[in-house]
Amino acid sequence: MNIVVLMKQVPDTWSERTLRAADNTLDRDAADAVMNELDEYAIEEGLRLTEAHGGEVTIVSMGPEKATESIRKALSMGADKAVHVSDEALHGSDALVTSAVLAKVLERAGFDLVILGSESTDARTGVLAAMLAERLGVPQLTFASKVDIDGSAIAIHRLADYGYDTVEGTLPAVVSVVEKINEPRYPSFKGIMAAKKKPVETLTVADLGIDPAQVGLAASATEVVEWAKRPPRAAGVVVTDDGDGGTKAAEFLASRKFI
Amino acid sequence: MSAVQRLAADETTEALFGLAREISEQELSPAAPAAEQESRFPREMFRLVGKAGLLGLPYPERFGGGGQPYETYLQVVEELASGWLAVGLGVSVHTLSCFPIATAGTERQQGWLPAMLGGDQLGAYCLSEPGSGSDAAALRTRAVADGDSYVVDGVKAWTSHGGQADFYTLFARTAGDPDAADRARGISCLHVPAGTPGVAAGPPEHKMGMRSSVTAQVRFDAARVPGDHLVGEPGRGFSIALAALDAGRLGIAACATGLAQAALEAAVSYAGQRRQFGQRIGDFEGIQFLLADMATAVEAARSLYLGAARRKDAGLRYGQQAAMAKLFASDAAMRVCTDAVQVLGGYGYVQDFPVERYMREAKVLQIVEGTNQIQRLVIGRGLAAR
Ligand SMILES: Cc1cc2nc3c(=O)[nH]c(=O)nc-3n(C[C@H](O)[C@H](O)[C@H](O)COP(=O)(O)OP(=O)(O)OC[C@H]3O[C@@H](n4cnc5c(N)ncnc54)[C@H](O)[C@@H]3O)c2cc1C
Repeated sequence: MNIVVLMKQVPDTWSERTLRAADNTLDRDAADAVMNELDEYAIEEGLRLTEAHGGEVTIVSMGPEKATESIRKALSMGADKAVHVSDEALHGSDALVTSAVLAKVLERAGFDLVILGSESTDARTGVLAAMLAERLGVPQLTFASKVDIDGSAIAIHRLADYGYDTVEGTLPAVVSVVEKINEPRYPSFKGIMAAKKKPVETLTVADLGIDPAQVGLAASATEVVEWAKRPPRAAGVVVTDDGDGGTKAAEFLASRKFI
Repeated sequence: MSAVQRLAADETTEALFGLAREISEQELSPAAPAAEQESRFPREMFRLVGKAGLLGLPYPERFGGGGQPYETYLQVVEELASGWLAVGLGVSVHTLSCFPIATAGTERQQGWLPAMLGGDQLGAYCLSEPGSGSDAAALRTRAVADGDSYVVDGVKAWTSHGGQADFYTLFARTAGDPDAADRARGISCLHVPAGTPGVAAGPPEHKMGMRSSVTAQVRFDAARVPGDHLVGEPGRGFSIALAALDAGRLGIAACATGLAQAALEAAVSYAGQRRQFGQRIGDFEGIQFLLADMATAVEAARSLYLGAARRKDAGLRYGQQAAMAKLFASDAAMRVCTDAVQVLGGYGYVQDFPVERYMREAKVLQIVEGTNQIQRLVIGRGLAAR
């Protein structure tokens, strides 16, 4: 089975993140860059499926040169090869443009299954799976907490508030995964050594037959018009227990709709 | 971003450091407090570290090791120890236990190494006895040749991983008199699988700190060990023990550096938040000077063990430098951890913060693998012999 896992490098959620004043795009130099956490689950699922059914896992990542660090990590976890789309022209691309570029890569690489995290921690649009499925003309099975494959049939548990729905489809397909699906492995030292020898193909927009004018900030359909820093955290509420502390705490929680 | 920016020779080394840090921060550090509280040996963490390939780093790839220089291996140990000393020290002890076969074993014995280094097994090193610690050559455990095997009788003390290990690297007397001046002669090294009948571990010691790392007596009661498990020449085991300890001391120095680094980070972070007299305590020069001395000690400890490691990697003699690194780094860790408690004030003295634990843990590093008096003795004798 030919599995492609989409992986994005994002600013570490633990560091201070901000947008660039010049063009309202994410300031990728302001924070440490790490692999989007949900993508680790996507890679793990890809590896487990090929361990069970045979085949290869290809990592596809679109992002600046720095993303090679995260690509290497994915390869050291056990993925077989990678395609890195890296081009200055892509700077500022929104989800729509990104999906167009990735769809081209996927058409070029061929696939039985595309796996991706259900969202990235930077933009958090969570729309890529749907856009890709639409562009590629294949079924989308999203928010998967479990994936089963039997021949060309695929079934997932789609995570919901009340539990899960079972969603079925046929391959080729696009699947987005949630954290519940598995426990991602750490790379191993052997994997790190092996990763050095694994092929990474670097592509520009032109290599994909895309006009550079059709991508990037200017070509994007959506635009960040305005943004503001998150307000500093307000002082907490102190509940003094005059014998009615429990009631006050419950009222507070109710006012925030926690209970 | 980690406070320690390591110089990595290449991308592979950098990725290896990254992996060690990730495991240390995400797995070890969060699990350590509870396990230390409950004196629970973290066998599963050694499996995780083993699976990641970190239990055989400094040994050649043909033995199933990682083929890494000590300079790299020790920094991995430091990273692990900064998350959980018992695990960093455990990796070091395991590495020590594999040293005799890797350096003095027969081809057949070296054929056991891939299993020993593969990540599933854990080793222990049995040198100390109840009556012989610093004077390790005065050991009394006997291994008597009987047909094509040895019959071992005696008691080993303070064995790290005792009762948990898969194999014991044992030093026992095949000849000689433990009370004689030439008592180092007649000591032999034996590889003893844990399942050997007659081998049994006593109850774990109740320690001041590092309680999750099990330390126990190991008793040998007419334990029969095959003759081909003798490592090196019969009667020449003590020099193997000392060579292993030279390398092992570098591991202890790396552990001490990692522990001190963790204490420093806890102190810096606390000093940046705690306010007294209307300002952050970290803005008082009195606290800054304390932190500055702590940071300098950590950096010096790291430099010293790395310098000794580079000598070892280059094939130079390094025993003196290893003794200096172990001595300095463990004394530095003791001081840094004590000062970290001071920076936190009363909060440093209670278990809500980790620094009181670090302080209890630091003490053991001044004792194991040769007390710091013995390190001074090694260094002093080296100077006198020049
Ligand atoms: C937690 C822990 C784990 C350990 N793990 C292991 C292990 O895995 N394997 C193993 O074999 N051993 C292990 N040990 C034992 C350790 O190596 C010994 O405790 C150490 O070598 C000291 O021996 P001792 O305790 O008998 O002290 P002693 O040798 O009795 O020393 C007592 C004091 O006298 C001092 N002293 C002794 N001789 C001299 C001298 N010539 N000059 C000046 N001062 C001297 C010492 O420095 C010390 O201060 C461990 C110990 C501990 C506490």
